[in-house]
Amino acid sequence: MSEVYAPRGWGKVAETAGAWLLAIVWIAPLAYAVWTAFHPSEFSTRFELFAPLTLDNFKRAWEAAPFARYFLNTFLLVTGVLACQLVLCTLAAFAFARYEFPGATVVFALVLAQLMIMPDVLIVENYKTMNRLGVLDSIPAIGLPYVASAFGIFLLRQTFKMVPKELDDAARVEGASPMQVLWRVYVPLGRPVYIAYGLVSVSYHWNNFLWPLIVTNSVESRPLTVGLQVFSSTDQGIDWAIICAATLMTSAPLLIGFLLFQRQFVQSFMRAGIK
Amino acid sequence: MKRPPANPAVSRLQYRTQTRTWIHAWLMLGPSLALLILFTHWPAVNTLIDSLYSTPRPRRPARFVGPANFEQMMADPIFWQAMWNNLWFALGTIPTSIALALLMAVWVNDRIAGRTLVRMAYFTPTVLPMIAVANIWLFFYTPQYGLLAQILGVFGITGPNWLGSNETALFAVTVVAVWKEAGFFMIFYLAALQTISPSLAEAAALEGASRWTYFRRIQFPLLMPTTLFVLVNAVIGAFRTIDHIFVMTRGGPDNATALLLFYIYQVGFSFWDTTYAAALTVVLLVLLGLLALIQYGVLERRVHYR
Repeated sequence: MSEVYAPRGWGKVAETAGAWLLAIVWIAPLAYAVWTAFHPSEFSTRFELFAPLTLDNFKRAWEAAPFARYFLNTFLLVTGVLACQLVLCTLAAFAFARYEFPGATVVFALVLAQLMIMPDVLIVENYKTMNRLGVLDSIPAIGLPYVASAFGIFLLRQTFKMVPKELDDAARVEGASPMQVLWRVYVPLGRPVYIAYGLVSVSYHWNNFLWPLIVTNSVESRPLTVGLQVFSSTDQGIDWAIICAATLMTSAPLLIGFLLFQRQFVQSFMRAGIK
Repeated sequence: MKRPPANPAVSRLQYRTQTRTWIHAWLMLGPSLALLILFTHWPAVNTLIDSLYSTPRPRRPARFVGPANFEQMMADPIFWQAMWNNLWFALGTIPTSIALALLMAVWVNDRIAGRTLVRMAYFTPTVLPMIAVANIWLFFYTPQYGLLAQILGVFGITGPNWLGSNETALFAVTVVAVWKEAGFFMIFYLAALQTISPSLAEAAALEGASRWTYFRRIQFPLLMPTTLFVLVNAVIGAFRTIDHIFVMTRGGPDNATALLLFYIYQVGFSFWDTTYAAALTVVLLVLLGLLALIQYGVLERRVHYR
């Protein structure tokens, strides 16, 4: 912002104090979870500076439920969904951006409908479909409804439309096939958008809960979010230290990724949002 | 340019390349379109059809019942409570999270000390799984042992049973949703604020406008497209954010925190009354459809004056 209205003197002090106060309130739940997870249970509600540190809660949480399997499931889900999304959305976006064919507008409108009617809303019917396909309680069943993503198609179509037509023509004159043009010209130029979309997709599917809850029913297919819910609602009674440890464990990969690549995360969410 | 005389060979060639282009385009679209139809359009239409039938039970197949499910809905007190809950949840989350997001963005946009850390603190809830953080909030709200109860205890106040009493439960889950969303909306405001030209501020200062006037008359109007975007997202969020309900209240006490989508889940997957759940889904689809109409029809025209 311009300097003219930058706060000065007491105004600046007040603003800084307000911003920090809100920041502390906002980070408090996470800070509290970290405190509880790394201290013995008796310090869950007692805050002493020199309370002994321990990793015991993580160990007990890890042993109390098949978290290793849940991690594997989530990993397979997230990578599988992202890989399919990237391929399908790239192809569809390229068709919308660079091809003229009858019905393009109508089809595009049909695609955009998914922005409003997300798979999360159609849980009852999609469950029936999965049942008919015979894939209930499997990782593909969790991912399938999200693989064709209107959001991804839209985002990439915008990006591909910005690619100068001359580059495209030049490659074709050289004798490149449409697929080669897509792969050598469009995809490399769309890199920042791919990264943005990838981060958003990974965080979304890492955190997704309702649909996986409905469609999975066994340790072999449950992702972390559902596993955590099963774990904290049944096994633990109210040992908060263990629940906090499990909570941190499930969020850790995303959280660490976010702390390391903060800028990319913020920019990705921003880029993905402003359409 | 004058067209060359029609040459049947050339036009046939043109026709053939054109057909090939169409085929290419459809081949590339095919997989996405098939999946979209299978998991979005077909289920949406099927929801509508199913809502007109009775739920099949063993030895009693589904039969056409017309509007019976909707009549049942109109007479269902839990449906109405879920609608009211959702309305209050929306009214509680949307304005609060948007106002907080704007405040956060304005603060982080100024050069305050440690603004990177502050921005990180605001944004962190966005990347955490709702289901996980709901566990932490659950403990905050626990009576007697919970953090909130202890803090209030220091001042000699006995707090209510936040999640266990009808009066406070919906408020308590609303707070969690605001906390989760505000930082996400902040980044859109932040991006928009950074595009406002500094010369506007200088001009306003020359005219002697106060900071508040500058915000109200220049910054806020220029942020209108962002506000619209955030608003639409916030409204969708108000109908979709139910993960924390599973952890914190399961819709209770006495359905005080049952939101529409959560009630659909209960009817569909706890009571297995699938056609009634379909009728409830129709209501949700209509609400989302109306929202789309408002977004593209009315608001879009008013906001984009540039």
